[in-house]
Amino acid sequence: MNSMSFISESHTSRNEAISTALPGDFLALLKPRVMSLVIFTAFTGILIAPVAVHPVISSASLLAIAIGAGASGALNMWYDADIDALMRRTQDRPIPAGRMHRDDALAFGLVLAFFSILTLGIVTNWLAAGLLSFTIFFYIAVYTMWLKRTTPQNIVIGGAAGALPPVVGYAAMTGDVSLASLSLFAIIFFWTPPHFWALALVKADDYGRAGIPMLPNVKGPARTRRDILLYTLLLAPLGLLPYFMGVASLTYGVIASALGAFMLIFALRVYRHRSGPQASRCAMQLFGFSLLYLFVLFASLAGERLLVISGGQGI
Amino acid sequence: MPESRREEGLTLTSEQKRARQQRNVAIGLAIGAFVLLFYVVTIVKLGPGVLNRPL
Repeated sequence: MNSMSFISESHTSRNEAISTALPGDFLALLKPRVMSLVIFTAFTGILIAPVAVHPVISSASLLAIAIGAGASGALNMWYDADIDALMRRTQDRPIPAGRMHRDDALAFGLVLAFFSILTLGIVTNWLAAGLLSFTIFFYIAVYTMWLKRTTPQNIVIGGAAGALPPVVGYAAMTGDVSLASLSLFAIIFFWTPPHFWALALVKADDYGRAGIPMLPNVKGPARTRRDILLYTLLLAPLGLLPYFMGVASLTYGVIASALGAFMLIFALRVYRHRSGPQASRCAMQLFGFSLLYLFVLFASLAGERLLVISGGQGI
Repeated sequence: MPESRREEGLTLTSEQKRARQQRNVAIGLAIGAFVLLFYVVTIVKLGPGVLNRPL
């Protein structure tokens, strides 16, 4: 090798190290769909707080919580780049697709996490900031780095991170954690297993290829169907908690009862149809309905709180 | 610049240049939004008290 060819090769490898990632790739790191769910549930947590807070403060809090959730998404994609490349569902993400370097995702995630926690602390209070930092820590260190690759209970325990945003939102407004906000935590916590296991029943091969020990891969589809039904049996009455705690009206109670009943019907169909295309169809219907369940439940709670607020109080 | 010196430098491809420019614009907008957010929050939290400081 002569000196010129050495320079040329070194030049090429250095040049390849310069990123071609576009702003859209960084946006994808934030997992916008997960982020929208976090915004929605945190917003409901903000609305059920029995205090009048200036809309700018509540909006800034919501933004900080959303960015914190996005930071979790970026750090998750940084750590999971190896297994994301093996699954069809995730192989087009910016890192496995080769559009971004892992280090860029790590730096992006850490910067966003730091500034979102700092902003929430300065704008509202340090309890909310502490809860947000715990949520990010739990999602990355406990779920992503530990549970996800080691136990089929990964999404059960890890679901706590996804269930915390309404608690963070409530704490941002009040400086406190109440039973009302914990009831929203409980609803999301018990909603998570049937939601993800319904998807895992259909995508078991994908998860198996990546070596992720989801319940259908480790304990089998029969046990998964039974556990989906058990968690749905717990979820249906939990959906009524805000009504029994006096946070929501009877209208909400009726809506929550109907949604819980439908969720149970879908879970029973998954339990009964165990093979063939009908089994996959039932699982995907439960997955789809579970999204609708959470959306309508929280929308009705948020909607009636907005009506109360617009009738006299500030947010 | 002599040819040998230019060889040692790093020449970005047009794709890399375009991506870097777009990232720079995005970072600029994000920092601007962050500053604006803190400005508005300060005004809302302190109100007229923002002028109330010992001279």
